[in-house]
Amino acid sequence: MNKRKITVAVTGLNNIDSPGPGIPVIRGLKESESLDVRIVGLSYETLEPGIYMHDLVDKVYQLPLPTAGSAMLKERLKYIVNQEKIDVLIPNFDAELHNFIKIQDELKTELNIATFLPSQAVFDERQKSELEKFGEKYGVKVPESYMINQVLEIRKLEETMDYPMVIKGRYYDAYIASSYEQASTYFYKVVAKWGYPVIVQEFVTGTEVNVTAIGDGKGSCIGAVPMRKLYITDKGKAWSGISLEDDELMDISRRVIENSKWRGGCELEFIKTKNDEYYLLEMNPRFPAWVYLANGCGQNHPEALVKMALGEEVQPFTDYQSGKMFIRYSYDQIVDISEFQQISTMGER
Amino acid sequence: MKIRKNIAISENGFIFNPMTGDSFSVNETGVYILQKLKDGGSEETILQNLMDEYELDTYTAEKDLNDFLSMLKSYQLITNE
Repeated sequence: MNKRKITVAVTGLNNIDSPGPGIPVIRGLKESESLDVRIVGLSYETLEPGIYMHDLVDKVYQLPLPTAGSAMLKERLKYIVNQEKIDVLIPNFDAELHNFIKIQDELKTELNIATFLPSQAVFDERQKSELEKFGEKYGVKVPESYMINQVLEIRKLEETMDYPMVIKGRYYDAYIASSYEQASTYFYKVVAKWGYPVIVQEFVTGTEVNVTAIGDGKGSCIGAVPMRKLYITDKGKAWSGISLEDDELMDISRRVIENSKWRGGCELEFIKTKNDEYYLLEMNPRFPAWVYLANGCGQNHPEALVKMALGEEVQPFTDYQSGKMFIRYSYDQIVDISEFQQISTMGER
Repeated sequence: MKIRKNIAISENGFIFNPMTGDSFSVNETGVYILQKLKDGGSEETILQNLMDEYELDTYTAEKDLNDFLSMLKSYQLITNE
């Protein structure tokens, strides 16, 4: 079969101990049976390991940090498309998504770059700070959560909420606090890294189960695979996990994707309690770093996303294999200083 | 007592629960009991089988079987249905 040649730009090349989804997404694309994909890596820092993975990433350009805004991002992408055509762009960082969503129409009309992102309204709906409303709207249980801007507000929450409490940043990081002292320390830690507001969430006891899923934006869930972490790093990231067979979890996940008309990849994080109740902790608006497990289970989500971005109809996956495991490893790449110099000084390699 | 749906039991005693992702290893006697449960054997029949197979008195066999069954239950491998 003749594979169609396309170029896909991917961010999230930070394949570190708290990995971005870029490299797993690329591996999925490289294994497509119908697409011959050239990969343009988009990086923010010069030590992102993916920059130097020549067998997976064909060319790399640095992007301005998300705080520089969407205008700067568009300028940089304009430069990149002057060098080579980009058919599809897959952003993989929570913090950059806002900018990409904002300019997604301009990217298509002016630069001919297709994306497959939710609208700003749907994106905002599942923000951590809006989780309670989200749960209510789509009929899924969520832990009680509050947004606070001052550390003293924790004292007020103590009247209605018991310890432990979960202290969360607006994009990343979550700490379990067993006392006011711990909660206030984590509050400042989260503020220093992610700014205000800080989310204080009820601690729900149970087993964490996660789902990687993809929606077509029209109310169909194209694919979903559930996973339980088997080994967790000190940063709380899965270093190993296994795909599950759980019909109720799949029903809840599909309902969320379908009813919210989610467009693109996402990760749903749940806690399953002893009474077999599922609490949605978060809906991350991009593929998780373990998305390659879906590929291993028979659902190539990155490939499906690219096809939908190109306007193709994609039939929902109907099956996946449970009992498939992923086990991460670390690997030392040897890189000559000249290559590091190239990306550091020229912003591309 | 019934083994939960889709629990995989290999001959060498490796048990996998695809719903929770848990896996376990059991010894030969464990495999024997699980296999009997899978074949639809009742607790009484399995108790009798155990006594015959391993030449056990009722007290020992009952105690060991109950211990094993409650462990299977706590790991969500069997249900009361």
